[in-house]
Amino acid sequence: MCTVCGCGRPDMPAGKDSHDHDHHHDHGHGHSHDHDHDHDHDHDHHHHHGHGHDHLDFGGGLGGVHVPGLSQARVVRIEQDILAENNRYADGNRRLLAERGVFAVNLMSGPGAGKTTLLVRTLEDLRDHFPLSVIEGDQRTDVDAERVRATGAPAVQVNTGKGCHLDGHMVGHALEHLDPAAGGILFIENVGNLVCPAAFDLGEASKAVLVSVTDGEDKPIKYPDMFAAASVMIVSKVDLLPHVPFDVDRCVEFARRINPSVEVLRLSATTGEGLADWYAWLERGRQAAAEPA
Amino acid sequence: MHEMALCESVLAVLEREAQSQSFHRVKTVWLEIGALSCAAPEAMTFCFRAVTRGTLAENATLEIVRTPGRAWCMDCSDTVTVGERYDPCPLCGGYQLQVTGGDELRIKELEVA
Repeated sequence: MCTVCGCGRPDMPAGKDSHDHDHHHDHGHGHSHDHDHDHDHDHDHHHHHGHGHDHLDFGGGLGGVHVPGLSQARVVRIEQDILAENNRYADGNRRLLAERGVFAVNLMSGPGAGKTTLLVRTLEDLRDHFPLSVIEGDQRTDVDAERVRATGAPAVQVNTGKGCHLDGHMVGHALEHLDPAAGGILFIENVGNLVCPAAFDLGEASKAVLVSVTDGEDKPIKYPDMFAAASVMIVSKVDLLPHVPFDVDRCVEFARRINPSVEVLRLSATTGEGLADWYAWLERGRQAAAEPA
Repeated sequence: MHEMALCESVLAVLEREAQSQSFHRVKTVWLEIGALSCAAPEAMTFCFRAVTRGTLAENATLEIVRTPGRAWCMDCSDTVTVGERYDPCPLCGGYQLQVTGGDELRIKELEVA
């Protein structure tokens, strides 16, 4: 039984897991009653729009009886943020991480910008200094979590199935199984996608977006939501700069048009160039998270 | 296509409200989608139809209310209207803008029965 939300999902095995988590409610699995029947039912028989929500009272019209043709239309003001549900889960994650003093970084980029390569190198370089753990998000496969576990860091793979991003609920489940150690860093590697993950708060302390020099330098203005959400932009694969026409300064200028306060790091996980700045950035975040609130 | 997930969240709210406010059918949903929000109105309309099929909101009309992007220009010390996040300040042409509005993603009202 899920203790994050009570969704009834059985526990997933820690470590290796293809968490094919449909975090949504089971709507749309209808039994539809297309037959017309004019006779009165003395039991609740929901014959309007067949769906399996037994908890909904479809006989809730005047006098508890639905009368076809009698309009009971009314306007209800509700004023609810569409992301409120996700944000509730994210707030829960953030509370848990704050209690533990764990610094959580949400790593985002398009596919192939080098998130996993940077992550693996970082885990290898920092694993002797403090506890590190990883949540890996991908549509399918356990490949990335396997690469991460090879470094010795605990990792939970979340497969989003048809989903194009991690959300607060999925990360809540992953945290239950990962149990990140106090005073450490949790890396959440989001699904490779420069659009959708921007909208979903996971409860992380910082969002980091990678742009590789083999991408176009105009990525920030093409995908403004992502760069507006990020607190740091990492220009990756800078060892390839002599071979590609990528203009780093122009990329930074574009990013700061979207987000004037975004920090910028330039690095290569292959040669190690710029990694010291990245580790210093992580250490600042880790220390801030470890301080008692 | 995160609009699918957003529409599933909308449906979850409708189902919850149906219980608490005793309605069984949703005829119209008014959504406020800011110009600087992460949702594309056309995609929301498409996904809403797909997600609500066979539910209490099947065939409901989705009315999208667009709100303009608003930002504070640090150089002008003034609030300005922007169409996109990468737009410059319409007054000074600079980019020292902080978004102050127009990133809403809200359900405003429902017409229910």
